Amino acid sequence: MARASTKQKKLIVTALAWTIGFLVFFPILWTIITSFKTEGDAIALPPKFIFFNWTTENYAIVQERSNYFKYAWNSIALALGSTFFALLIAIPSAWAMAFAPGKRTKDLLMWMLSTKMMPPVGALLPIYLIFRDFHLLDTRGGIIAVLMLLNLPIIIWMLYTYFKEIPGEILEASRMDGASLVKELFYVLTPMALPGIASTLLLNIILAWNEAFWTLALTTKDAAPLTQFIASYSAPEGLFWAKLSAASTMAIAPILILGWFAQKQLVRGLTFGAVK
Amino acid sequence: MGTISLKKVHKAFGDAVIIPSADLDIKNGEFVVFVGPSGCGKSTLLRLIAGLEDLTSGQIFIDGKDVSETPPSKRGLSMVFQSYALYPHMSVRNNIAFGLKMAGESKDMIDGKVAKAAETLNLTEYLDRRPGQLSGGQRQRVAIGRAIVRQPEGFLFDEPLSNLDAALRVNMRIFIMQLHKDLGSTMIYVTHDQVEAMTMADRIVVLNRGNVEQVGSPLDLYNKPNSIFVAGFIGSPKMNFVEDNTIGVRPEHIELSDKKGDWPGTVMLSEHLGSDTFLHIDGGVRGRLTVRTSGENKSMPGSKVWMTPDKSRVHHFDKDGRAVRK
Repeated sequence: MARASTKQKKLIVTALAWTIGFLVFFPILWTIITSFKTEGDAIALPPKFIFFNWTTENYAIVQERSNYFKYAWNSIALALGSTFFALLIAIPSAWAMAFAPGKRTKDLLMWMLSTKMMPPVGALLPIYLIFRDFHLLDTRGGIIAVLMLLNLPIIIWMLYTYFKEIPGEILEASRMDGASLVKELFYVLTPMALPGIASTLLLNIILAWNEAFWTLALTTKDAAPLTQFIASYSAPEGLFWAKLSAASTMAIAPILILGWFAQKQLVRGLTFGAVK
Repeated sequence: MGTISLKKVHKAFGDAVIIPSADLDIKNGEFVVFVGPSGCGKSTLLRLIAGLEDLTSGQIFIDGKDVSETPPSKRGLSMVFQSYALYPHMSVRNNIAFGLKMAGESKDMIDGKVAKAAETLNLTEYLDRRPGQLSGGQRQRVAIGRAIVRQPEGFLFDEPLSNLDAALRVNMRIFIMQLHKDLGSTMIYVTHDQVEAMTMADRIVVLNRGNVEQVGSPLDLYNKPNSIFVAGFIGSPKMNFVEDNTIGVRPEHIELSDKKGDWPGTVMLSEHLGSDTFLHIDGGVRGRLTVRTSGENKSMPGSKVWMTPDKSRVHHFDKDGRAVRK
């Protein structure tokens, strides 16, 4: 009896998980499906799910009309650039907060997190004016700085929780063993924190890749990433659902593939602080 | 050489004073045990000597050199941590070799020293494993191996055996004592276990709320405790205190008789250890007392007994808990 109910429970939980998973994934799936429809099929009512004339013409048109690789290259540069600089700042910060906390460390962490509670549009005007006056509009450097600052609180928080898990005694042991601060960081702390640093890096690349508000507001052409590429298909002359979907699919494909391969690392990264 | 001296060592974390003022001289080659209840500051004192904590004021000398401002890596001391603190991402070999690598020794030299330490510690077949693949006792030995290869002036042990089971703890205790004999290095050993303190130490430092209560050989502390705190802490089972805590008698210094004696009492409980029996006796106005008798004692709970303390081994204390010697 007990065994049967456990089995039933398992079945229900599994079904529930698949349902929720499907619901979450559905918009992406629908986008991908739509990208293979003709414009007519794309707006057909009732919607056609599988039985329509599959076509790749949207992709051809999109690639012909706008240079996908230029946008993709910008996306890569912005995601990697902002992640690199964010880690450069976040690793020492998180180190200091985890291993040499002061009286205000907790407050500082909360304060950093609180910046994420503010709607970004609140900072749009000042940042836009700064960008205009410093000639940073539509430059990669400018947008990298903004994306870095945007994600810095989350990165520091993540690294902080990772470093917190490393027992301080091991670092002390290395000090007793004669390691200087640099050697301690290089030979002991970094290798031990590597899984955490890797997860943080991956998550930040994804966040930066998907960031739309600032990239749309601050870029036009030269520094425009794939978010602009997508947005250019919701043009004033009317929506072309199939082409918009094709553009979206192309924009998310690289990050989707990255996420698929890195999912183990990502799940570990996002739940790390929660275990224990 | 490895003399260690503390001069007016004071440590406070903000307003909380952990060590009010500690003075201590440790001779070269001595095995000194810091003992006291948890929170007495014994670990802090050890960490101050190691350099892992900064002094608030006072001085620490190693070999006559003032090391108060010297970083831990330059003090010439090795430490064995309670949690072992092995590097989880390195093999046993690299764990042991780490200190030598940091010191920039040649590869041949390192290999030789590691091999020798591994042999001493019975770790040769585990050299290529990671700490995670070892048992608690093996990890402890790696931690000791890491400490000895550097041939330090002195060793610091921070409750190194408290994570081991009872049987292993006895083995490691003997192993560390043997190691001390073989190396002849100065060792400071922190524990809350008075049995470890009594069996291992040349000298014991009893700490109470950050103060050095008494320093002396194990038998000194056992026979001539300076205070009621030391008297109660050293010795197992604990000393009996009667007459408003002005008189102390150890359980093994009370003679038991069912016919006559100084103090009457009723047996409440008995603990049979085989070699000894501990009787817990209700002594009426004197409260509850523990009496240790050799071998098996057949007294049943509820039976009336008489207790006679050995007059020459009775301890007297004043109202402040200081010993009064007559």
